[in-house]
Amino acid sequence: MTPVKKHVTTKINGESVEFLCEPRQSLLEVLRDDLALTGCKEGCNNGNCGACTVVLNGRPVNSCLVLAVEAADASIETVEGIAEQGHLDPVQQCFLEGAALQCGICTPGFIVAAKALLDKNPDPTEAEIRFSLAGNLCRCTGYDKIIRAVQAAAQARLAAQQSS
Amino acid sequence: MSTEVPSRSTPDASDLSPSSAAETKKYKVIGTRPIRHDGADKVTGKARYTSDVLLPNMAYGALVRSPYAHARIVSIDTSEAEAMPGVLATMTSADLPDPWDKVENLGEGCINYAHLSGNVLARGKALYKGHAVAAVCATNAHLAEEAAAKIKVEYEPLPAVTWVLDAMKEDAPLLHDNLVTQALGEESARPSNIGAHIHFEQGDLEAGWAAADVIVEREFKTSSIHQGYIEPHVSIAMWNEDGRLKIWTGTQGSFVVRQQMAELLKIPVSQVLVIPCEIGGGFGGKIAVYEQPVAAVLSRKCGRPVKIAMRRDEVFEATGPTPGSYMRVKLGATKDGKLTAGEAWLAYDAGAFPGGVIGPGCMCVFSCYDIPNAVVDGYDVVANKPKVQAYRAPGSTHAAFACESVIDELALELKIDPLDFRLKNAVQEGSRRVDGPVYPRIGLIETLEAVRDSQHWNSPLEGPNRGRGIACGFWFNAGLQSSVTAAVNPDGTVSMSEGSTDIGGTRASIAMQLAETLGIAATDVQPQVVDTDSIGYTDVTGGSRVTFATGLAAYQAGLDIQKQMVRRAAELWECDVDQVTVEDGVYRYGDAALSFKELAVKLNNAGDPIVGRASVSPQVSTNAFGAHIVDVEVDPETGKVTILRYTAVQDAGKAIHPSYVEGQMQGGAAQGIGWALNEEYFYDDEGVMRNASFLDYRIPTAFDLPMIETIIVEVPNPDHPYGVRGVGEVPIVPPPAALAIAIHRATGCRMHELPMSPPHVWRAMQDR
Amino acid sequence: MVQIFIPAPLRRLTAGQAQVAVVATTLREAIEALEQQCPGIRGELCENDGLAPTLQVAVDNRMTRRMSTPLKADSEIHFLPAIGGG
Repeated sequence: MTPVKKHVTTKINGESVEFLCEPRQSLLEVLRDDLALTGCKEGCNNGNCGACTVVLNGRPVNSCLVLAVEAADASIETVEGIAEQGHLDPVQQCFLEGAALQCGICTPGFIVAAKALLDKNPDPTEAEIRFSLAGNLCRCTGYDKIIRAVQAAAQARLAAQQSS
Repeated sequence: MSTEVPSRSTPDASDLSPSSAAETKKYKVIGTRPIRHDGADKVTGKARYTSDVLLPNMAYGALVRSPYAHARIVSIDTSEAEAMPGVLATMTSADLPDPWDKVENLGEGCINYAHLSGNVLARGKALYKGHAVAAVCATNAHLAEEAAAKIKVEYEPLPAVTWVLDAMKEDAPLLHDNLVTQALGEESARPSNIGAHIHFEQGDLEAGWAAADVIVEREFKTSSIHQGYIEPHVSIAMWNEDGRLKIWTGTQGSFVVRQQMAELLKIPVSQVLVIPCEIGGGFGGKIAVYEQPVAAVLSRKCGRPVKIAMRRDEVFEATGPTPGSYMRVKLGATKDGKLTAGEAWLAYDAGAFPGGVIGPGCMCVFSCYDIPNAVVDGYDVVANKPKVQAYRAPGSTHAAFACESVIDELALELKIDPLDFRLKNAVQEGSRRVDGPVYPRIGLIETLEAVRDSQHWNSPLEGPNRGRGIACGFWFNAGLQSSVTAAVNPDGTVSMSEGSTDIGGTRASIAMQLAETLGIAATDVQPQVVDTDSIGYTDVTGGSRVTFATGLAAYQAGLDIQKQMVRRAAELWECDVDQVTVEDGVYRYGDAALSFKELAVKLNNAGDPIVGRASVSPQVSTNAFGAHIVDVEVDPETGKVTILRYTAVQDAGKAIHPSYVEGQMQGGAAQGIGWALNEEYFYDDEGVMRNASFLDYRIPTAFDLPMIETIIVEVPNPDHPYGVRGVGEVPIVPPPAALAIAIHRATGCRMHELPMSPPHVWRAMQDR
Repeated sequence: MVQIFIPAPLRRLTAGQAQVAVVATTLREAIEALEQQCPGIRGELCENDGLAPTLQVAVDNRMTRRMSTPLKADSEIHFLPAIGGG
């Protein structure tokens, strides 16, 4: 009954990880249920809400739409890997200071997606931020404070770059 | 931007309000914007929601749901599923105790346990597509889904009805053979789909029409809408051999879940422990139980903890939408712009079981205006849809869409500026609502004045296909029961426990009120949401009540701590208790002065630990009003409405944490915008919802919205020491009406149906 | 006198009166006094020993379900549908 499990070697948040999974298991399921990386959330399990966003080989993806076996030899970043030892990433800090979360269920997905955006485009316009984050649904905030937090994070990162 | 409004003192000041000085006092903590206490957990992915809880030896449940909107259940055969390796248990409604026909008021509306049980698992008939009919649990979630597919249910399909007016027809298919219409004191002779008739009247309606120079009457329709929280319903039940049932769940009310579990399973409340996890949105939809009793029975059967997580399509098809509605509103006014008469006829569907939100709909429809002569009739109608649940100001948004649209037409007919017309007729202290009560001090006029004085209202809007609309909204806001305990730590910080689950930052707004009371920093209070064994009864996180009522409990717990600290300071200083004074958290006797923290450190190990407690049940509505301004551009080719600018104005009484007040206003506005422009349950002729995913049921994305400007008006609530009014619900109410009016200005078309999605707007433009 | 506002559907029990004045110091007494004047009305407003679960009462604009709620000499009583909030 139970399908034969596949052996997968991958890199998650910089660490080498091995796991066994069924071919039908999504990356989201393995991250959450087998690797206990529960920061990525399941909101729809069909790629519409973005709560499960992780960065796969440099690109933000909905981990519910990626099969775990596809993660073989890849490099994955999850929300658990974003804070550097002892201090939050500017995106996280700006979400806190800007009250850019209410219930918090979509927040990890937004943090991952926003950081991925700023890594690629350090000084995005409001329209670029809105477009990039359109795949992440938030039902609580109306997005206003999220967009402002991402703008603030961009400025903080630019300021940090200039001073270093 | 914040507008301070001096408050009039009310002659009948509440005993809850310690001093009228609250209105002018400058606060140290209240009104600031500290980082929320649970923030770091939530931005790092560490916060624990129910689906993040993994218990040892946990089993996974799945539900079998009706593919038909209405069908008799002929038979259920679970044998094939049970024979599958890894399958642990199955169940149907036969495994639930026979429900008692008991209606109970759980603080926030009432629950009929027979209906609730029948909604959890269908009895005899499936009443909507997606109605749960059986369940199974297995060693993993995939197996459970496979096993669910092996449970054979034989159905005899019946004709279904989903539109409220169709359901009211004499020859409509009946959902319940024994449902008769309840109208206070009267029951209809024959069964129908109409569960209740509500009727209010005030003054002399005929005289009101006779006094009117202009009368406008219009009809309106709205579709079912889902609360759309991003976290699906998830629960874990562990029913131990000793009879104790533990539930992990994301809920708006852990005590209300406890009560429902005890009633549905017929076990004592003391045998149920509810452990509230973080909750990923609710908006009214996470109060009633769905999967929790099923997980409990499966757990008892298989002897393991059982987790049930709904899929998104199950959330849409089987959990709380707000009703579809049909409404007729008629208003009359004199030439000089005074409303003389109003009549409303409202029919809201209740979903599969009676008891929807028609009551508040009727109470809210004219709640913003002083109308001396009015009649309201409302009908609660069952239909083959999921059981309606509360959704943010339940019933009020529909009614405001109708009433505000007619108000606008009437103003235009009278050639009076619509804002002036509203100001002229707005309710104020002393105005009597159509359902009877007289308003205490309220802030609608101040809110409308803030609109009038706003930069947005005074900015020009130019260009073709553009228009601006405004509309008002009201919600009562509840008081109900709350409990708080707070223990002073050796370092002078305070650990606070509360029973209100934190759905959007209320740990912070409650902790801030305790901090203000004690004269310490917000960061010196550590708030915890605790389980039902660890705190006194606390009603739901709903009705915009938490910052008001649980905040009031925190304030009183703070006074309790302060009293104990004074007594202990007197012992320390060897003086009388009344020789110790406290101001801004500094305790003084003669020349001696100690801050709260210094005193707490000194008192450590010097006697009884200091623990404050309070439980409250304020019997008031905090009555909040909002008004929204919106500028739109309508694409003449497609009918698509683009929002150019949006401003939400609201009387918050007193904003404890202004960022989260703004967040409620922005989030509520965004939900109202989604309701207005896109969202709808799309049913086919068989009563099947055809858009049960976030792809097809389209809630607003970041790309659909502009920034949402906010203006917080502060007319202090006389029933709260810091003046707090509920905030969360009002902002969903004005958007559909404000947008309909803006679309009218842009296109000349009056929109009488929601959603005002591109096909509907385009059609209206073709017909003009 | 305490003014009890009669919901429109119950006015058949009050000979059409929209308001009935009674002397009472608690909500319970007020409902009893109302029953004396208009027999049968109590059964529509109450269930067992308390208020019907589908109702709430506004006493001088304070919402309550407690029959022991104290009244002032000129209190206003309204019977309203029970409501829930989101």
